[in-house]
Amino acid sequence: MTAITHSTYLTDKVGPLPFCPGCGHDKVVKALNEALVRLQPDPTKVVIVTDIGCIGLADRYFNTNAFHGLHGRSITYACGLKLARPELTVIVLKGDGGCGIGGTHLLNVARRNIDITLIVANNFNYGMTGGQHSVTTPVEGITATTPIGNVEGAMDLCRTAAAAGAGWAYRATGHDPDLGERIADAIREPGFAMLDIWEMCTAYYQPRNKLKKKDLTNMMSLANMDHGLIAHTPRPEYGVSIRKSWQSAKTSTKRRMIVKPQFKHTVTQQTGIIIAGSAGQKIRSAASSFAQGAMFAGLKATQKDDYPITVMTGHSVTEIIVSPEAIDYTAIESPDCFIIISEDGLKKSRARIAKLSDICTLYVEQSLDLPETRAKVVRLPLMQTAKKIDRLSVGTIALAAVCTDRGLFPIEALEAAVSAFQKQAIAEVNLMAIKAGEGLFFGIEK
Amino acid sequence: MGLEFLEGNEAIARGAMKANCNFFAGYPITPASTVFHYMLDLVPATGGVAIQGEDEIASIGFCLGAAMAGSKAMTATSGPGLSLYSENIGLAIIGETPLVIVNVQRQGPATGSATKGAEGDIQFTRWCSSGGMPVIALSPASVEEAYELTYVAFNLAERFRVPVFLLTNKEIGLTRESVDLDAIELPPLVERVRAESGSEYRPHAFEQPGDVPTFSAFGDQHLARYTTSTHDQDGYLTASPQVTQEMIDHYTAKVNEAADEIALYTEDREEGAEILIISYGITSRSAAVAVRQARASGTCISSLALKTLYPVPETIIRSAMKGVKKIIVPEMNMGQYILDIQRLVLPETSVIGVNKMDSTLISPSEILQQGDLL
Repeated sequence: MTAITHSTYLTDKVGPLPFCPGCGHDKVVKALNEALVRLQPDPTKVVIVTDIGCIGLADRYFNTNAFHGLHGRSITYACGLKLARPELTVIVLKGDGGCGIGGTHLLNVARRNIDITLIVANNFNYGMTGGQHSVTTPVEGITATTPIGNVEGAMDLCRTAAAAGAGWAYRATGHDPDLGERIADAIREPGFAMLDIWEMCTAYYQPRNKLKKKDLTNMMSLANMDHGLIAHTPRPEYGVSIRKSWQSAKTSTKRRMIVKPQFKHTVTQQTGIIIAGSAGQKIRSAASSFAQGAMFAGLKATQKDDYPITVMTGHSVTEIIVSPEAIDYTAIESPDCFIIISEDGLKKSRARIAKLSDICTLYVEQSLDLPETRAKVVRLPLMQTAKKIDRLSVGTIALAAVCTDRGLFPIEALEAAVSAFQKQAIAEVNLMAIKAGEGLFFGIEK
Repeated sequence: MGLEFLEGNEAIARGAMKANCNFFAGYPITPASTVFHYMLDLVPATGGVAIQGEDEIASIGFCLGAAMAGSKAMTATSGPGLSLYSENIGLAIIGETPLVIVNVQRQGPATGSATKGAEGDIQFTRWCSSGGMPVIALSPASVEEAYELTYVAFNLAERFRVPVFLLTNKEIGLTRESVDLDAIELPPLVERVRAESGSEYRPHAFEQPGDVPTFSAFGDQHLARYTTSTHDQDGYLTASPQVTQEMIDHYTAKVNEAADEIALYTEDREEGAEILIISYGITSRSAAVAVRQARASGTCISSLALKTLYPVPETIIRSAMKGVKKIIVPEMNMGQYILDIQRLVLPETSVIGVNKMDSTLISPSEILQQGDLL
């Protein structure tokens, strides 16, 4: 048995407990102290987390760390403390009101199984604000906001938490002689553990409902909520599990894609290229490879994407700027090249096509019907070419074709980007696509 | 050294890691989600924690707990999520909690357009929590600045024990640019000053109102107290009007008195210019182009691009305004930061907003046209 060096975890520095005469919170505080005395933790490693509600006044009476946060949010701070410093013993004291406003945190801490202890001082109403009804007010209970009797069903906190996955849940009354021992059990439990402690609000709920001490147990049976251990199904603790999984993953999975400029470009001014296709055509990744190719040739690049929130349907339009100088404005008002690959891309681009000037070359999949435009139109067999390689390579084919036609930078720079940064199987396909795209213009007289 | 093609959200994650961030919690929201993805890739690999909360309230709650346990914490969201952070931001301020909050702004109000950019949360950020205490907010104009200012945001959070906002935009967060982050010169790393061992810890101790209290983490050798309620320098509740005012003066002074130290900007001043563009965020890049074009056609014009929005860098703004008769303020909102400019100008100076919220960037030509610079 551990030598008792802390005979109490309460401090008298801030005076006597602040609760109304007869309030059950006194008993909860004393039972928690008894539990701590049994367990003898280092006070600097104990954090009592509370939120708003009468029981939230309790933290400062403990000679431990105290974290007093927003109404109903104590569980979230407790989880943050525990995840950041697993060696801490983190105990949450909250009321039934906090369990209502912060209900999602109760469900989710139980579901995740984070090793904190939750003690609910459940007195069936909001004592701090005038005795309004809470999620645990019994049916027919009289409160300031249910003056002729509550018709809302009362939440069974223990079974709710257990259904969400709580490994340990216990229902007690503030009068239970073994309350301190049971709180110690909860703290010892290596995962999430909670106690729902039913007790008296002598300011509001007790007088309004003419409750006597022994009524608490009767109320439990009336509500079909058992007294005692409701759930004990231990399972792996979240912090331990997640750290283990991260350790097995070891290092960062994403490689840094470092570009080393090694080719020459012929770009003398900022050049804007718009490529408009459909979601699922890998437009954005083809554009990134193109931009990285430009960077391999010593150019600066930007890429700005436009797509609907449902990423697998509709249009995918990407604006790429390559420039020998720093690029300020990242949108393209007057594109030099406009590539239309699909009907979705065309639909999204109609307004812009109408405004194009004759400096723009419009590279368009040959099967599409173009509206009238002042741009120079070049029809290309993009889909037909892609079909021979991989239909997802159509963006790469188009960009390789444009790069060749405009002579922006050597096609080898684009190949270097694809080879350096894409997975081998994908790179092999795209290298073929680059050759095919180049082939659409290679040897063609201009 | 390495040239990379990165989106702003990745640069934010990299800036956070450069600042030794070791705790991230967030909730999925476009266009901020990829910050979380990158943090999940980077943070656990260095022994830290990256976790998804059940909602934004839980996410920032996790961060507050972790930050007070000594972690360097960050969360990232977009406008709708900032609404849910609001109450906990007040807690971060009253509890003097170092925390970096990224807002990758998107078109609002409400759910608005998830994949479209905007700068609609400027005054919302300034006044985002009850009580109206001053905040620090930085706004990058590029992927490079997203990296730099995230790192700086951590320094400021540590230095002043406050939440610091990084106000960016889909147009930076999800736009990729060729950058060499390793080539960016950063100031030295700042860590919160720890309370001396042995002495009794007073979690909010200061002598002068602008002093920043020393810090002791939950779990360190001192007993720590933290509270959302009005408290004294020891972290105990108080109802004393005098102590209450002293604490309010403290939260106010430590940020406002440091305004010059926090002010970051780039200035492009032309001698004798009577026209000035004041811009921030992605729009300052359109302003840069507009200034070049205006000068090419013979207009004498200066430009001030703010990286620090709050506390308002009044000294530098006032200095840039000297001799100026017309100020143009382009913003991807219906006129928000212009309110802070208007209160600083002399009566004879005209202040013109160039505003739109159609989810597209303000173009250089729109600045030239609406600023009457053609």
